[in-house]
Amino acid sequence: MLEKLFPWVSPVNSRSEAKRRLKLILAHDRAGLNPQMIELMRAEILEVVARYVEIDPEEMEFSLESNERISCLMANVPIRRVKAKG
Amino acid sequence: MSRIIVVTSGKGGVGKTTITANLGYSLARLGRKVALVDADFGLRNLDLLMGLESRVVYTAIEVMAGECRLEQALVKDKRQHHLVLLPAAQHRNKEAIDPTQMKEIVGKIALDYEYILIDSPAGIEMGFRNAITPAKEALIVSTPEVASVRDADRVIGLLEANGIEKIRLIVNRIKPDMVQMNEMMGVDDVLDVLSIPLVGIVPDDKRMIVASNRGEPVVCGLPDSIPAIAFDNIARRLEGEKVPLLDLMAAQDNLINRIRRLFQG
Repeated sequence: MLEKLFPWVSPVNSRSEAKRRLKLILAHDRAGLNPQMIELMRAEILEVVARYVEIDPEEMEFSLESNERISCLMANVPIRRVKAKG
Repeated sequence: MSRIIVVTSGKGGVGKTTITANLGYSLARLGRKVALVDADFGLRNLDLLMGLESRVVYTAIEVMAGECRLEQALVKDKRQHHLVLLPAAQHRNKEAIDPTQMKEIVGKIALDYEYILIDSPAGIEMGFRNAITPAKEALIVSTPEVASVRDADRVIGLLEANGIEKIRLIVNRIKPDMVQMNEMMGVDDVLDVLSIPLVGIVPDDKRMIVASNRGEPVVCGLPDSIPAIAFDNIARRLEGEKVPLLDLMAAQDNLINRIRRLFQG
């Protein structure tokens, strides 16, 4: 109610929302990847990394970003511990 | 060496044709010989916005078929003697002409004119290919709306893939009051997302509709209006002059908006 009367009080303005959504979709558009492919890639990369180190899949961040018209794949994988050899 | 510039956007209805008409006038007024080419076959409107619809006799199709000479098809503007229009065929579709033919016809016009502005149709299909193939430079038109910016980005990618390196942006229909209230993306936001050089900004203005009703571009009918100045500035920047951007936000800096922003924090 308050937000309807005073739209500018709303903490998340539609201007920043528009920009955030655009940046996300353009990173995907530019890379030519659909969400299914991203998910597949995420799962495979996770699998490879998990062969060598113990990771926490819940804590993992995986995203496409775009800067200066170049798409960039960002993977942030916290390692719990390195697996013992053999 | 003439400048061959395509005006394109991906999305329809963002102001390509209006911008082509006005820039054509501005450039002609700066003393340049300008030809406008309507590449929107089947949905031509450039003739209408310029008030030249009753003078159209031949189109690009007849020129190509050898049914008339190029000079016969070029419609001379009523007000600017250095300005001509090559109309698109209205009763044909986008497949009536191909990129090679388009390049040939634009090449012929380039012998006599310093600027050729090609008004591209919306979309990224055949009509778009026809419009971009002859071009050496591109002006991307986008409004500060998500759909328009996304389509603009797609088109920029296609232009780059087609070897057009000089790509510049015009942000059209800015509503300074909405930007001030954070209800619309500002020019800086659009620039940040698209990452291509900016060549001009045009505010949203009711007079643009009045001008189209009359078939008289604002730079011609209302040369002192803000949108007209915006177009003149773009034309001067195309000529290489350094012209500062219009301060569209200045008018919004009144007491009520200051109080509103205070609440906004």
